[in-house]
Amino acid sequence: MRYLPKSPTERQEMLADIGVKSIEDLFSTIPEAYRLKNPLNLPGPLSESEVIEYFQDRSKENSVGYTSFLGAGIYNHLRSVITDTILQRGEFLTSYTPYQAEMAQGTLQAIFEFQTMICQLTGQEVANASMYDGSTATTEAVLMAERLTTRRRVLVARSLHPEYRDVLRTYAKHSGLKLEEISYTQAGTVDAKGLQTALRDDVCAVVVQSPNFFGAIETLRPLAEAAHSSGALLVVAVAEGMSLGAIKPPSEADIVALEGQSFGLAPSYGGPFLGVLASRDKFVRQMPGRLVGQTTDQDGRRGFVLTLATREQHIRREKATSNICTNQALCGLAATVHMSLLGKEGLREMAEHNISKAHYALSELEKISGVKRCFSSSFFNEFTIELPRSVKMINAELRKDKIVGPFVLGSAYPELTKHALVCVTETTSRAEIDRFVAALKRALAQPL
Amino acid sequence: MAYPTQYRYTKEHEWIDVKGDIATIGITDYAQHELGDVVFVELPAVGAAVTSGKVFGSIESVKAVSEIFAPANGSVTEANSELHNKPETVNTDPHGAAWLIKLKLANPADVNSLMDAKAYEAFIEEKQKETSA
Amino acid sequence: MNDNIKKASRHISQNEGLIFEHSSAGKRAFDLPRLDVPAVDPHKALGEHHRSHGTEGFPEVSEIEVLRHFTRLSTWNYAIDLGMYPLGSCTMKYNPRVNEYVARLDGIATEHPYQPQELSQGCLKILQLLEKCLLEITGMDAITLQPAAGAQGELTGMLLIRAYHEKNGNPRKTVLIPDSAHGTNPATAVIVGYEVQNIKSNADGQIDIATLREQVTGDVAALMLTNPSTLGIFEQQIPEIAEILHAKGALLYMDGANMNALTGVTRPGDLGVDVMHLNLHKTFSTPHGGGGPGAGPVAIKKILEPFLPVPVLVEKEGGKLALDFQRKDSVGKVKAFNGNFGVLVRALAYILAYGPGVRQATQDAVLNANYIRKHLEGIFDLPYTRPSMHEVVFSDSIQKKNGVSTMDIAKRLIDYGFHPYTTAFPLIVPGAMMIEPTESESKDECDLFIDAMKSIAREAATNPELVKTAPHNTRVRRLDEVAAARKPILRWKPS
Repeated sequence: MRYLPKSPTERQEMLADIGVKSIEDLFSTIPEAYRLKNPLNLPGPLSESEVIEYFQDRSKENSVGYTSFLGAGIYNHLRSVITDTILQRGEFLTSYTPYQAEMAQGTLQAIFEFQTMICQLTGQEVANASMYDGSTATTEAVLMAERLTTRRRVLVARSLHPEYRDVLRTYAKHSGLKLEEISYTQAGTVDAKGLQTALRDDVCAVVVQSPNFFGAIETLRPLAEAAHSSGALLVVAVAEGMSLGAIKPPSEADIVALEGQSFGLAPSYGGPFLGVLASRDKFVRQMPGRLVGQTTDQDGRRGFVLTLATREQHIRREKATSNICTNQALCGLAATVHMSLLGKEGLREMAEHNISKAHYALSELEKISGVKRCFSSSFFNEFTIELPRSVKMINAELRKDKIVGPFVLGSAYPELTKHALVCVTETTSRAEIDRFVAALKRALAQPL
Repeated sequence: MAYPTQYRYTKEHEWIDVKGDIATIGITDYAQHELGDVVFVELPAVGAAVTSGKVFGSIESVKAVSEIFAPANGSVTEANSELHNKPETVNTDPHGAAWLIKLKLANPADVNSLMDAKAYEAFIEEKQKETSA
Repeated sequence: MNDNIKKASRHISQNEGLIFEHSSAGKRAFDLPRLDVPAVDPHKALGEHHRSHGTEGFPEVSEIEVLRHFTRLSTWNYAIDLGMYPLGSCTMKYNPRVNEYVARLDGIATEHPYQPQELSQGCLKILQLLEKCLLEITGMDAITLQPAAGAQGELTGMLLIRAYHEKNGNPRKTVLIPDSAHGTNPATAVIVGYEVQNIKSNADGQIDIATLREQVTGDVAALMLTNPSTLGIFEQQIPEIAEILHAKGALLYMDGANMNALTGVTRPGDLGVDVMHLNLHKTFSTPHGGGGPGAGPVAIKKILEPFLPVPVLVEKEGGKLALDFQRKDSVGKVKAFNGNFGVLVRALAYILAYGPGVRQATQDAVLNANYIRKHLEGIFDLPYTRPSMHEVVFSDSIQKKNGVSTMDIAKRLIDYGFHPYTTAFPLIVPGAMMIEPTESESKDECDLFIDAMKSIAREAATNPELVKTAPHNTRVRRLDEVAAARKPILRWKPS
């Protein structure tokens, strides 16, 4: 087998050195009755070209050739080939977690740069080296707020991504946390009055998303003030990281839970993505996840190491801030390379392209009779529209034109029965937007 | 380093120095040596109640965390804020400048059952024999 | 000092500062295509939300500077592509490059989990085949591919256990964990609301059956077992352990981190395990990438099936695959979307390349570990003498007599061109040296490793200072971790 660097002769020599007759002797500690007599019933073995063929066949059974208007937490953005060039370097791809710093300065310095860029992006003081994704990062942010305040009630915006809320619910079940929902207004943003009423001195965190699931941008200052006046912390989840290229950073937040997928990671049917936590310096000891710090070696050279490890599972064990061990390091590297390539001006420009494309799409859609803009708040690259009939049925029609239509909000929000979440990024051409608008118009004109 | 004879000692390697009903508490030279270079000290707030045998704080080195157990019941009257800026004091002067908290004892007599310096020195000698065995 | 070093030599490597140190206003690395819709004034569109000053401090560099920057950084790393990582329980095996190729295919990398299921049959087929393969390998009844890593797999497994007990009327209070376990085990048990009770390993490094019988009461929800243990030793009495637990209504959880010793040779499901996780970034070759991403699928026996996290892959009539979200007893979602799909693709590619021949990989892994053990026995102390499987644990007690510790030996190994083995774990072996060579290492590479370790042992005896002050040949020498923890500098700031 091409992955195994041994010849039969070498195996024999090694067995002889060990002092056994056959390889089976080395498995003698497994009780006889439980040793498999036959090989496993698995497909293969496949040659390299056959492996490729298998996946190429699968790739043809998906959505190649379709134009998509889906966002809802995963975004199509331009990616430079340079990102993969760097990611595929064996020294990054096949290296281990940088516990032995002298042999991993490349990884450690790249993470240090990543932590810095996340702070710059989010307006926070410290950022970790990654969590699994935005949903688990948001959950860890809430658990962090619980540790910091020792309180148990959590006020969660209904406009937080439905899957983020699901994950939070799963983790909260056994932690004694009480989750309560805060609704949204006609503007599409958090009901600040409702929040104020619900706040008491037993709340550890107020959790909002901006831009929220409906695409609406939240005004954070009053939410932060309300939370702080009760001694609660403000957790802000950001699912579309690219929005921070044009929108003010959530510096009013105490903890930011960012999903970094927009920075150089392909949608890849749902993962792997990139969660990150960013917060204030004073909270760092309660922050889970790895942290890279700058230091010097014995000769005074600058170097980088994993630090504050006493928060983590391998030292604290049952008292750790989290059980996380493996994180999303390579995805973090992709984001670091991507953010370095975009740079200050590229990030701003890309964000502005998103705004222009999405606003163009909305203005064209509003020209169709029966299509209404829902929610009046400003938006970035996603917005909600209301249609005169079932979005699911419209999408079925659009599919015939090789269009993957907008997210059916009714599937997660029963009160939004005919609402659709439309996402348009810099990757969608004007021609495709026009084609989508025309197809939607045709679909609405069809007799029921 | 010598173990001050006026102090009492616990099996968890804390020392306690009683004056009237105020006790000063720290960790011993043996403990700091086991921990290695101290990087962070976590102490309770002034006024906090402390229960005998329960954890009231922790001391961190790079590779380990040591919990600190209360040798008696009481409430915290002072916490050594110097250790926030200079945690290394725990290594250089564990019996003096690196005191952790001052405690108003609920019952000063509680301390009498703790080891004296001689007993503690014998105790750690036994421990050292165990580890090298 | 370098005379005995065969695997590595000194070399010119490029220096490189932080990317921010190259930054200068006006430099660009990326151009966008021409905007083909009317440009919208961001200030008009966003009002008070507009970030008019841009992202302060973000780098401004050119394309070649970005490429050089990260290329130079990469040359400072060690990697599997360069040589062996003898890290115990990490299973640092070859990351097949075809896996990278297929994960990036158009139609695989480009798919959105919310697109219609009719347009995702290719992705769903991949998930189904991987499920089938992993069930065949583990001998279990059902599986979830959702968890993003081993630790999250452990969490999911424990959630399933808890849900099962709750459904039976009593969630129970404690989880038993051997003192040799990986730190994620106790950390996870606590998150799910259980108390941890440690079980001491016996003199053979195994679970003591008599002690276990006493400790398993009606309050015990489960035992979290790693098999082979973190000592690399097979827990021979697993079937008895399972019986003892099942008799009291408790469940057996297996940490599958060490599956590299079992794949194709035995199956945890056959041994009595009720629930286990796998580490795809260990046994199934997906790349570590400097710390992740991984994936931690959880395989279960039928009794736990109602509680699986959503979504669950189902086959409908006509062979159409779908994701089922309507599962009333499910523990819920553990992660958004569909698990680390890109990692799952790579794992499937690995399994397909091997087919039933995957047993040979396991055999070679165990062969390599025993070969190294044989040649280093007597030179390093072997605290547990039971047969090793895919990893072997030595201790530094011989070298400690000269003041040389496992950490020092590890650092000197770096000068010899190897990544260190796992130091100071498991906790039950003071001065542990945990070595796992994996099946990806040739006899030559193993011989170079043995040679290096023997040479270091000689150095520890004749010139201990050399070892205690290692590494000598790296770009940076031992770093001040104390200063890094006392006064953490966790980001760059402009001066």
